[in-house]
Amino acid sequence: MSITVRKFDAVIVGAGGAGLRAAIQLSESGYKTAVITKVFPTRSHTVAAQGGVAASLGNSEEDHWHWHMYDTVKGSDWLGDQDAIEFMCKKANECVIELEHYGMPFDRTDAGKIYQRPFGGHMSNFGEKPVARSCAAADRTGHAMLHAMYQRNIKASTQFFVEWMALDLVRDDEGEVLGVTAMDMETGEIVVFHAKATIFATGGAGRICYSSTNAFINTGDGLGMAARAGIPLEDMEFWQFHPTGVAGAGVLNTEGVRGEGGILRNSQGERFMERYAPNAKDLASRDVVSRAITTEINEGRGCGPNKDFVLLDISHLDPATIMKRLPGIREIAIQFAGVDCIREPIPVVPTAHYQMGGIPTNYNGQVVVPGKRSQNEIVPGFYAAGECACASVHGANRLGTNSLLDLLVFGKSAGESAVEQLKQSPKAHKELPPGEIDRALARVDRLNSQKDGASVHETQLEMRRTMQKHAGVFRFADLLKQGVAKILDVQKDVQRTEIRDKSKVFNTARIEALELENLIEVAVATMVSAEARKESRGAHVRDDAPDTEEFPNGRDDRNWLKHSLWYKDGNRLDYKSVKLTPLTVETIALKKRAY
Amino acid sequence: MTTRTLQFKIYRYDPDKDRKPWMQDISVEVDGTDRKLLDALVKLKAVDDAISFRRSCREGVCGSDALNINGKNGLACLTDLSSFPEGKPIVLRPLPGLPVIRDLIVDMTQFFKQYHSIKPYLINNDPPPERERLQSPEDREELDGLYECILCACCSTSCPSFWWNPDKFVGPAGLLAAYRFIADTRDQATSERLDNLEDPYRLFRCHTIMNCVDVCPKGLNPTLAIGKIKAMMVKRAI
Repeated sequence: MSITVRKFDAVIVGAGGAGLRAAIQLSESGYKTAVITKVFPTRSHTVAAQGGVAASLGNSEEDHWHWHMYDTVKGSDWLGDQDAIEFMCKKANECVIELEHYGMPFDRTDAGKIYQRPFGGHMSNFGEKPVARSCAAADRTGHAMLHAMYQRNIKASTQFFVEWMALDLVRDDEGEVLGVTAMDMETGEIVVFHAKATIFATGGAGRICYSSTNAFINTGDGLGMAARAGIPLEDMEFWQFHPTGVAGAGVLNTEGVRGEGGILRNSQGERFMERYAPNAKDLASRDVVSRAITTEINEGRGCGPNKDFVLLDISHLDPATIMKRLPGIREIAIQFAGVDCIREPIPVVPTAHYQMGGIPTNYNGQVVVPGKRSQNEIVPGFYAAGECACASVHGANRLGTNSLLDLLVFGKSAGESAVEQLKQSPKAHKELPPGEIDRALARVDRLNSQKDGASVHETQLEMRRTMQKHAGVFRFADLLKQGVAKILDVQKDVQRTEIRDKSKVFNTARIEALELENLIEVAVATMVSAEARKESRGAHVRDDAPDTEEFPNGRDDRNWLKHSLWYKDGNRLDYKSVKLTPLTVETIALKKRAY
Repeated sequence: MTTRTLQFKIYRYDPDKDRKPWMQDISVEVDGTDRKLLDALVKLKAVDDAISFRRSCREGVCGSDALNINGKNGLACLTDLSSFPEGKPIVLRPLPGLPVIRDLIVDMTQFFKQYHSIKPYLINNDPPPERERLQSPEDREELDGLYECILCACCSTSCPSFWWNPDKFVGPAGLLAAYRFIADTRDQATSERLDNLEDPYRLFRCHTIMNCVDVCPKGLNPTLAIGKIKAMMVKRAI
């Protein structure tokens, strides 16, 4: 079968924050770049980020990148790679200032500088007290950022392929990545994007869970494609539950609500975070707050007729502050909780939010896999950035506002690395391996011809329910074990899904079925990695790894201070060491995490 | 859990098999957890997987799921199911004035072309300083009500002037964006931006019908922004 091949210097998959930042780098360097995106760029889920982007600008009080680095290492429960964390925290100021120069409408201090607010886990002087580090545009930071970067790309004449879905990586016998196959959603046509450099910026996969803050499009497409091409997925057991999703709806309420003075209360009206985190209180790290809320609910101190949520209260704040700093939150509270937060508290529950793991990369955005020579051999021509990647800066738990920073810093560095590679690449493209392209076509053909198959809708519901029940805020050894068997059963259904709609034109049923094939890889990786990690660390807390003197917080550094690597082939796990040595400063030494 | 049945009339057209568009009568059962029109649409798609519509964030910030709902443009994810009168079918059509690709999915090329035509990016030719460009809180406040646009196209596709001249009239969304940059103290291209709109069609086809204000799901006011641009045009002419 003949298939159209289009040649580019670079192809970027995904047009959220990381993809757009990488695209700026490539387009402004003059390389012929294609950005493939399932949705119009400003519809990408970066748009929903609210509270801010971290940078130690020190605009309202003293701050330092080294303090930020300390907080990030501690937040990661020491699973983050300290070289990448130093790199990110040092680059933060430059990247945020660039955004301001692109035109991003940050809020301002009286002196006209970028406004900064406190955020969970961000402290001054190596963990002493909360510091205002989150650079914000009201509570619409992601929206303001995504639009500013899209606008910059218009200026740079970046070539977008909007409403195209990438199907699979093209990788040759030597392991080099040569682009992707992708489908034009409007016509159903499949095309090969043949590139010298391929950057994945496909975002998260929160849709594996029943209740999630994530958009419908967050289906782990990059992770599915990487896994199918033999690339391992790193630290997939670590999922962040955001403490304050709107109860029932799942829609996010930024941590900035607490940064502006919001307080969490249980059914007795108690500010319970004082018991769990005496120092940082409501601004403790997200995993800590989510577990505290879940414990309150489990012990019968939840609110409402079913005692199944707690309250986020800002009614004591000046209404003018709410209107100025948290206008989007007020809209969300009215729309999705039916309360006006100026007068009433918002019902909230911990909700699946962010994937700490992903495609393994180094701090240059290059994808790395274990090989004969080292644990981190570069996959030629392949880069990843943002939520789909694991650099690893978030380790076992991400701090709020570090996700927007991650996508800026590593979107840029992936773009820069690709530019460096292109400068040295030969003029001609490497030849395409024919068998590789058939892999994507075979998936689509299977779906088109499936008879007596499983319903996409029912199968995705089963997957989401399984993940919610078996890999939630608290994890239980027996539930994890059952969860592995269950999710592998769901995977069998995913392999035989059937769609009734066979149209070529904008077939969203087909897109959803293909997305489910990506989600299931993420779900299996998550469950299998979580079952295997027999300790508690960051967001991964097990009943059989409790807090003891020998293992503070249940963390077992002797056996488990290492990154998980899950391979699709054989559903097998491998491990690699954590980089404890930063670039220029001293190692931030292991200790028990407390806020 | 109490459930109820909702009746729909949905515009359907698949160019792969339909000779012309048709209206589908279909119903779906919803329960107390289904608050918004988008929740019902997702359930409808489980019944008939060929019903095609765009959606993403389901919280009113991405701008994907703009539809014509009972004759008025809005976002499915921000439309309360409880707002529909009982016993009457809910009529869903694609946004008016743009070519239909399939069912509720329109071709937004023309809409984005107009957005791009106003140069929607900051223009400042000074070498960038080492730190942020300073802007007072008051100057920054001038951007409130402008930068929050989600490009859903509810406004432009409810505007009769845009229906008649989608190729020549920028439309409310594009003009709102134009004023967003004119109002930004960091932007240096005001006169170039005004030149770009000085034309019988691009700006002046706005006849203050104000449908745009009526339908904006973010509560923005493009007519006000257009009025300010017009006032600047007048001011610089005298």
